[in-house]
Amino acid sequence: MKVLVAVKRVIDYNVKIRVKADHSDVDLTNVKMAMNPFCEIAVEEAVRLKEKGVATEVVAVTVGPKAAQEQLRTALALGADRAIHIETDARVESLAVAKLLAKVVDEEQPGLVILGKQAIDTDNNQTGQMLAALTNLPQGTFASEVVVDGDTVNVTREIDGGLQTVALTLPAIVTTDLRLNEPRYAKLPDIMKAKKKPMDVKTPADYGIEVASKVSLLKVESPAERKGGIKVASVDELIDKLKNEAKVL
Amino acid sequence: MSILVLADINDGQLASATAHVVAAAKAIGGDIDVLVAGEGVQAAAEAAAKLDGVSKVRVADNAVYAYQLAEPMGALLMELANGYTHVLASASTTGKNVLPRLAALKDVSQLSDVIGIEGADTFLRPIYAGNAIATVKSDDPLKVITVRSSAFDAVADSGSATVEAIDVVVENTQSSFVKEELAQSDRPELGGAKVVISGGRGMGNGENFKLLDGIADKLGAAVGASRAAVDAGFVPNDMQVGQTGKIVAPDLYIAVGISGAIQHLAGMKDSKVIVAINKDDEAPIFQVADYGLVGDLFDILPELESKL
Ligand SMILES: Cc1cc2nc3c(=O)[nH]c(=O)nc-3n(C[C@H](O)[C@H](O)[C@H](O)COP(=O)(O)OP(=O)(O)OC[C@H]3O[C@@H](n4cnc5c(N)ncnc54)[C@H](O)[C@@H]3O)c2cc1C
Ligand SMILES: Cc1cc2nc3c(=O)[nH]c(=O)nc-3n(C[C@H](O)[C@H](O)[C@H](O)COP(=O)(O)OP(=O)(O)OC[C@H]3O[C@@H](n4cnc5c(N)ncnc54)[C@H](O)[C@@H]3O)c2cc1C
Repeated sequence: MKVLVAVKRVIDYNVKIRVKADHSDVDLTNVKMAMNPFCEIAVEEAVRLKEKGVATEVVAVTVGPKAAQEQLRTALALGADRAIHIETDARVESLAVAKLLAKVVDEEQPGLVILGKQAIDTDNNQTGQMLAALTNLPQGTFASEVVVDGDTVNVTREIDGGLQTVALTLPAIVTTDLRLNEPRYAKLPDIMKAKKKPMDVKTPADYGIEVASKVSLLKVESPAERKGGIKVASVDELIDKLKNEAKVL
Repeated sequence: MSILVLADINDGQLASATAHVVAAAKAIGGDIDVLVAGEGVQAAAEAAAKLDGVSKVRVADNAVYAYQLAEPMGALLMELANGYTHVLASASTTGKNVLPRLAALKDVSQLSDVIGIEGADTFLRPIYAGNAIATVKSDDPLKVITVRSSAFDAVADSGSATVEAIDVVVENTQSSFVKEELAQSDRPELGGAKVVISGGRGMGNGENFKLLDGIADKLGAAVGASRAAVDAGFVPNDMQVGQTGKIVAPDLYIAVGISGAIQHLAGMKDSKVIVAINKDDEAPIFQVADYGLVGDLFDILPELESKL
């Protein structure tokens, strides 16, 4: 079974972002970029499936600018076999990403597609679900456990009230939650080897997909800053403040 | 304008989030219908009919919609969405699971986690873990939106909408429900509680979360946790507050042994009053706390419980 993994280049999760002075967007000049943490988990899961002998090949794909090839190389260093870069400098929204991924699914015919549940920049949490709808495949979102068994996959999902397990026919789409696994670090020899692994470069036009969206970004602002308050010296003072000043007790 | 709201169902009952989503629908304006789908959901339908501002409750009661699995729910919404200008759901794990399927099938974008309504086509949504707020305008013919329920005050329940059964039954051969392990708790749910007390890695182990329970009982509070506490296995995942957990905005949030990582702050910084208890007086959580108490939680919590 072939496993397709979608990875996204995003701001490093440790970076505190700043809004541009003209409020047109967030300022990403010179900030550290990295693979979306949920995508690292997706790659790890795919590689583990291969190590278990469930998957035969792991293909990583990204949609993004030239620099996104760094994240594909990371995926290759972590154990993916080959990569597909759909290159575009445009602002590509989830729907267009899903349409492009659907074309790749069509071409590659994977048994399983693994994506992150959300990208930590736009926090959309929708690409995997959209891909499932477009390919008419079942979905197991927010996965904390993935067990392939013959031609079905059991996915345990982190839902608001606890955990839910669903059984899906394969092929299927899975999106990862944080506790699915702990991604490994790439070792230096693997990073070197990754440079020689094959990478296809395509454009959205090659797939006949228009990436323009009907959603426009009017402005971006900083949220209302919360001012730090005071330090209290004792439990008694805390209770007094909560009762008489904040009036929440 | 006409709006369809997908109701959240917990155990056959209407979840509290739906009253907040209807509030967002009212802010958009126009006719509001609520879709109640599931198996054995009459009680939920009746509760939805009482929500202020709702004109009609549409009920799809069939085994295929049990547990609101994404595949049949997406297909059902696809059947029903015609004629509506907006389809809304809460940004619960159900709304997030189901709504993007509708958006994709309708070839429109989805706006996730909306926290403000500027007009029928213009919305506010947080990006980068809430460190920036984007104003976005959608020119799609159908707006598909998930709503952050904590950003809208619930509508009252003095309404009396009509209830109609819909007999659309879709097929589902792709997915089936296996099991559910739900947290059992007599406390209020995290998303709706007026007071939340959360513990972090500083709690040390799961047993020590009992120190929070006593206080939660006295305050009628829900108990939450940081991701570090969940990852360490102290408490189950449904208690996680943050960018990738639950977003809460109670009147009072008490963070105990939590350092205040941006991902955690993303889930609680809109609380009205924040209290932080931490032994490190440099912990970033103090930068957002209205009241900080520096000290060892193992001394402070028992004292706090006894004095409340
Ligand atoms: C305010 C704003 C500003 C933006 N600015 C830019 C910009 O400057 N440059 C730009 O390129 N885009 C920009 N975008 C587009 C945006 O970054 C996303 O590509 C798009 O919205 C997809 O949503 P998401 O990544 O949040 O999807 P989610 O649904 O949250 O992502 C889930 C998963 O889908 C997969 N996935 C998502 N995107 C890709 C991808 N591109 N390739 C492969 N897999 C993917 C990953 O597995 C990911 O974990 C902007 C969007 C907004 C709203
Ligand atoms: C993609 C991504 C998503 C994430 N999503 C979330 C999320 O949704 N929610 C979330 O919470 N985190 C999330 N995180 C993790 C986040 O970055 C932090 O790692 C986490 O919040 C830290 O938890 P903590 O504050 O409990 O632990 P720590 O940072 O270890 O802090 C423990 C604190 O306890 C204090 N302490 C220790 N002992 C005592 C004592 N005896 N008395 C008093 N104080 C004491 C310490 O001084 C310290 O400040 C995410 C991370 C990533 C990468």
